[in-house]
Amino acid sequence: MNLDYLILALKNLKHRGVRSWLTLLGIFIGVTAVVSLIGLGAGLQAAVGAQFGISSTQVITVQAGGLNSFGPPGSGAVNKLTIDDADAIERLSSVDVALPRNIETISLEIDDKLTISNAISVPLGEKRKKAWEVMGLEIDKGRKLQDSDLKKIVVGYSLSEDKEDIKGVKIGDKVLINNEKFEIIGILKKEGSLIFDSVILMNDNVLDDLVNYGNEADMIAVIVKDKDLMDRTKENIEKLMRKRRDVKEGEEDFEVSTPESAMETVNSVLGAVQAFIIIIASISILVGTLGIVNTMTTSVLERKKEIGIMKAIGATNMQIFLQFFFESGMLGLVGGLVGVVFGTIIGIVGVIGINQFLGAELSPVINFALIGGTLLGSFMIGAIAGIVPAMNAAKQNPVEALRG
Amino acid sequence: MGDKAQREVIRLRDVSKHYQMGDSIVKALDHLEFKVYQGEFVAIMGPSGSGKSTAMNLVGSLDMPTHGTIYLDDGDVSELSESNLAQIRGQKIGFIFQSFNLIPNLTVKENVMLPMMFQGISIEERREKAEELLKLVELDDRMGHYPGEISGGQMQRVAIARSLANDPEVVLADEPTGNLDTKTGAIVMEFLEKLHKQGKTIIMVTHDPDLAKKYADIVYWLLDGKLNKVTKRVGKNFVDVTKAKKKGLKKEQE
Repeated sequence: MNLDYLILALKNLKHRGVRSWLTLLGIFIGVTAVVSLIGLGAGLQAAVGAQFGISSTQVITVQAGGLNSFGPPGSGAVNKLTIDDADAIERLSSVDVALPRNIETISLEIDDKLTISNAISVPLGEKRKKAWEVMGLEIDKGRKLQDSDLKKIVVGYSLSEDKEDIKGVKIGDKVLINNEKFEIIGILKKEGSLIFDSVILMNDNVLDDLVNYGNEADMIAVIVKDKDLMDRTKENIEKLMRKRRDVKEGEEDFEVSTPESAMETVNSVLGAVQAFIIIIASISILVGTLGIVNTMTTSVLERKKEIGIMKAIGATNMQIFLQFFFESGMLGLVGGLVGVVFGTIIGIVGVIGINQFLGAELSPVINFALIGGTLLGSFMIGAIAGIVPAMNAAKQNPVEALRG
Repeated sequence: MGDKAQREVIRLRDVSKHYQMGDSIVKALDHLEFKVYQGEFVAIMGPSGSGKSTAMNLVGSLDMPTHGTIYLDDGDVSELSESNLAQIRGQKIGFIFQSFNLIPNLTVKENVMLPMMFQGISIEERREKAEELLKLVELDDRMGHYPGEISGGQMQRVAIARSLANDPEVVLADEPTGNLDTKTGAIVMEFLEKLHKQGKTIIMVTHDPDLAKKYADIVYWLLDGKLNKVTKRVGKNFVDVTKAKKKGLKKEQE
């Protein structure tokens, strides 16, 4: 029987002026923010994660200094890691292999245009395969490096793309790195990471010749034998490194991080952004709720006579209450519905944007439970906002109300 | 007289209604007594300020008396809760107002269906009854229109159909032709007359003596909140039965 009042409420809503709909702006903005945020959610995480080059392989990264240093990872540290450190780590029982890695800032000259880029070292011998595994990179065109390749490089995808002033490079093109001529033998697949898409890969010995880092390493990538041993291995490496670098616990001048801990950093940043958006959304929903209270209060005053008529023809207080209560709820629901539609669109468009920017293949998160919950929530907000005005409507004296 | 064989539908017993106006008390109705029998066409007459609107509100159980009791179909309505009163009002009384008072957001048909909705009648039954009633007032071709799209006379006919929705004991018409020109007013009155002939009890409040004389069986004349005069139709003429009525009412009271 309550369905009748719902239908009646809908009919009344149909005749509402623009003013009533404008009060829904708050609910609309709030719901749009929440729904689009969640729609983007995983996409945002993946996007930021990709920027940090975080993959889900079983790799532990050791770096000197902290993540906060400027420049390529590890390059800002005073007390650098060494190849000996890597060897020591590799001797740990749970470690498969420890790869000393160097990332160097180099000057890159293509067609007389000079840019700054990062060159990453690729180890020789049997460790080469492991290094590719750690980086998680794949060749798009050409081939990977071999031990015998001296003045040869593999470059990231974005270097092969035509830009405003620089033409994209091809296999066989010659470029100048720190004023020495190199030949491009391979181009990487698009990664969706600013770092890897513009990277230059060259053999360890070649890069060492070029910039002379000798025994030093910017970072050590550690592949663990068993994924379950990740945390224990991390602790063991920390213990070992404290001993080798002679520092106390809590005063480490190095950092050992697992993909999870790196992802946690990303998530905490994203979490702060999300919290901020949710606060804004909450405020606008609160404003929207007050808007509904306002519009319903006005509506009760405007329709005082109508209330009187309905009472005269037999409506009980409860029946009048229900009508306004549902009307208010539906008002909230409409705000929520529009918000869900817009939020979903923003989410989808956002994810498509991220995909194009990063070359990723993320799909937008459309959570039907969430949408259902949001709609129910909007109805509830509207209904709650309508309680007091509906009570006012219900307790009108019929004679006075009829007078209008 | 044959009155005693008739069933009593409404009875006001020693009813007073007082309003507080600033410091003074206005006695809108002062010890009013009257009865309405089933099938009667009653007119309540009086100049403005005579208390006829107040009487109408009390008879229609929209308002409660300050003093006295009101019986509707033998039940004392002054003892009912607000919700029960609304239910009773919806079932037993059909209102027709001077300003029609249709709900503007609902179609003609929906307006007629509305009183039945408040009684919890199923939608199918509501539709069927509304169509039937609109046919009765010859507006079945206007069912989908909104009140703003039809004329005043038509609106009042919709109101008549609405007043009959729950098959009430009494149809209460407050100046039903007050907002209409003479011609459309006459059409509306013809429909009320038709209802009366079908056996409906009709109470009409009016300030127009011609209207009262033309349609009513009995006229209660109010003045200053008191019953001033009662006239009754005998053939084509009205005779003053004030004394007999007052006496009769007094006797029953004792």
